[in-house]
Amino acid sequence: MSRIIGIDLGTTNSLVAYVEATTGLPQVIPDAEGRRLLPSVVGFTPDGLIVGEAARRQLARRSADTVYSVKRLMGRDYGDLKDELAYLPFHLVPADGTVKLRVGGREVTPAEVSAVVLKALKDRAERHFGEPVDKAVITVPAYFNDAQRQATRDAGRIAGLDVVRIVNEPTAASLAYGLQRLKSGVIAVYDLGGGTFDVSILRVKDGVFEVLATNGDTHLGGDDFDRVLLLWLLEDLQSCHHAELARDGVEVARDPELMQELRLAAEAAKIRLSADERTTLTLPLPGFTYRRDVTRAEVERLIEPLVARTLNPCRRALADAGLTAADIEQVVLVGGSTRVPLVRRRVQELFGRTPHSQLNPDEVVALGAAVQAHILAGGITDMLLLDVTPLSLGIESLGGIVNVLIPRNTTVPTSAREMFTTSVDGQTLVDLHVVQGERELVKDCRSLGRFELRIEPMPAGMPKIEVTFLIDANGILQVQAREQRSGKAASIEVKPTYGLSETEIERMIEDSFTYAEADVETRMLIEARNEADTVLTHAGRALRQGGDLVTSAERAAIETAVAALRAARDSDDRDRIHEATTGVNRATEHLAEVLMDAALKGALGSRRATEILKEPQ
Amino acid sequence: MNFFEVFELPRRLAIDGDQLQRQFYALARRTHPDFHQAAPPAERAAVEERAALVNAAYRTLRDPVARVDYLVRLEEGRATKEGSEARPQAPPALLAEMFEIQEALAEAKAGALDDAARDGLREQRDRLRERYAAEETRLRGPLAERWDAASAAERPAALAALKEALATRAYLRTVIADLAEALGEEEPGVAHHRH
Repeated sequence: MSRIIGIDLGTTNSLVAYVEATTGLPQVIPDAEGRRLLPSVVGFTPDGLIVGEAARRQLARRSADTVYSVKRLMGRDYGDLKDELAYLPFHLVPADGTVKLRVGGREVTPAEVSAVVLKALKDRAERHFGEPVDKAVITVPAYFNDAQRQATRDAGRIAGLDVVRIVNEPTAASLAYGLQRLKSGVIAVYDLGGGTFDVSILRVKDGVFEVLATNGDTHLGGDDFDRVLLLWLLEDLQSCHHAELARDGVEVARDPELMQELRLAAEAAKIRLSADERTTLTLPLPGFTYRRDVTRAEVERLIEPLVARTLNPCRRALADAGLTAADIEQVVLVGGSTRVPLVRRRVQELFGRTPHSQLNPDEVVALGAAVQAHILAGGITDMLLLDVTPLSLGIESLGGIVNVLIPRNTTVPTSAREMFTTSVDGQTLVDLHVVQGERELVKDCRSLGRFELRIEPMPAGMPKIEVTFLIDANGILQVQAREQRSGKAASIEVKPTYGLSETEIERMIEDSFTYAEADVETRMLIEARNEADTVLTHAGRALRQGGDLVTSAERAAIETAVAALRAARDSDDRDRIHEATTGVNRATEHLAEVLMDAALKGALGSRRATEILKEPQ
Repeated sequence: MNFFEVFELPRRLAIDGDQLQRQFYALARRTHPDFHQAAPPAERAAVEERAALVNAAYRTLRDPVARVDYLVRLEEGRATKEGSEARPQAPPALLAEMFEIQEALAEAKAGALDDAARDGLREQRDRLRERYAAEETRLRGPLAERWDAASAAERPAALAALKEALATRAYLRTVIADLAEALGEEEPGVAHHRH
């Protein structure tokens, strides 16, 4: 069997890993610069696509054309996302069964954006192995529904990958831990990532990882922590610096670039507060620098309700597994957001034990995906993962009531058979509406699709159509129908409520090759230009804010370097752009220090840095 | 192939849970699609079907009550037509006994509950919970043992007793859930079984 890679397609970061043959241990594949995480950010620039760190750096500058956290849009439609639209800087438009993003002058689906990230990871793996890689295991949140799983698989196909298995993130993590650190017994995996939350309860015994129950929230994660912090900071900024903002004519909330910068500053402060009790957040604004001391206690008060929202799914998973918190022998933490001390405290309180966090929570899912890939390739034969379907599957019956065919937390693969017949003479069509969810009414559940069975005309009640609903090991539904009298397979037309049709996927696969699927050289040129743009913006701002704090000779040197970079930026010579960028960085080094110093001393408030510096020491 | 045959077990209700789990893991290792990735599509489809059967058999047999329910359907030849039969009726004596509670429930649904009525309903619910637990113990214990020990001639009576206990249990569960609903409290682990 050919090589299969394991991919963690995350909300914030993505990774690719494989199992190293000699050691039998999973390893993350770094990029050429040694970076292990690939930010799940895609930029649509006039020159083409950029992905990862380079795209992340242009988030603020090109907020409308730089897509982040696209995982939250996967397999969803416009109606689902109404509440979030206000927070997303890019433009979403409704599309048939999905949403599209209007970026860089075209409309793309979330699957296509994810495909760009997957393609970058595929390239990373191919460079590492020096040969083509076309098979992958991709992880998804355990609580993803059928549509979200299909969208993930579609993204893989668009990226040129045969997705041999979709694996749930918490179970993947348990495999990575299981290789070396887990004892037999009952474990809970608490997985809080950038945008999604999952909890899974497993029994590990004799190399079998049996998931007993899973629960979660596909719209809860570190992004939400950032958002509440952002809103709080925005209010603080507007109330404490009302005068300056009015003076400079700055409307922060209406400025996507500033909002992005404030979001990034909030995220960075949140991350620092996992280690420190307090931190200082600075945001350079056109006329002054916003500076705010933030304590861990303040942030904890803001995120407390969000952290509390993770606890109910934990209790429900325990109840479904028929267990209590006291039965849990080990707790494993997964996902970057589990670095937040409050999260750790709450998890520890709930389960009454100190959680495991020896493996890097950012990497453990990708490592587990690599282990599952190795199992599928035949490299491991003594480990087996038995996973479950997270949501009940049912069909619509009279009165809009859901008739559950497969209850949640059933081990997959699983199948259910149901007999159908006609109610009118000569009826040739039977319509089945399949839904997923835990509510009794169809309207409260998630519609997966309509299945139309076509049959020969017969008197009412005569046809006996046996329909088999199979949820495969990927957690994806397959439906088959057979007319019992003739024994013939009945024809089924599937009309998925959400997602992409086969033709659309085919088109996207073709399109993806005509994308700026440019060679490495072009991509690196784009990245260099972006870096240059960022440096130019910063230098310009620094000169405006603190140009009068340095000598005129120094100012002249900076201006010369900036002019050189402006000229180099539009050339096709990457080395020249790099050199000029370094030149500006070097020339502004001292000015940056002076400004930082001023900002730090500026605890006095919002006065302009220049005013403070003019004061006698 | 029925669920007992999947695990090579006789049609008995006494099943050692640990043994069943070990065997499930062994069967899963043979049938799980993970280990048949390289097989041709038709074989993979067959393996998937087989794995689904093993999973369903384990899910049913590991649960002592689901096990009884399955056995009853199997003995009556309804095991393959899941969901197509009406639920067995609760015994008439039980229905008569529940008359008072049903009336109280109807009143509760019609108007707001005062504290006395609320306490009354809560008391009823607690009593029924005890009875429900007792019924389950009887089903899993003496009634299951009676089936396992029955000769061919004794089996119909043993089966009827199991069937009645199942129906009583199901009925009690519904009433308990209705009471919980009237009280505005969620009954853990009951509500979602109802649809």
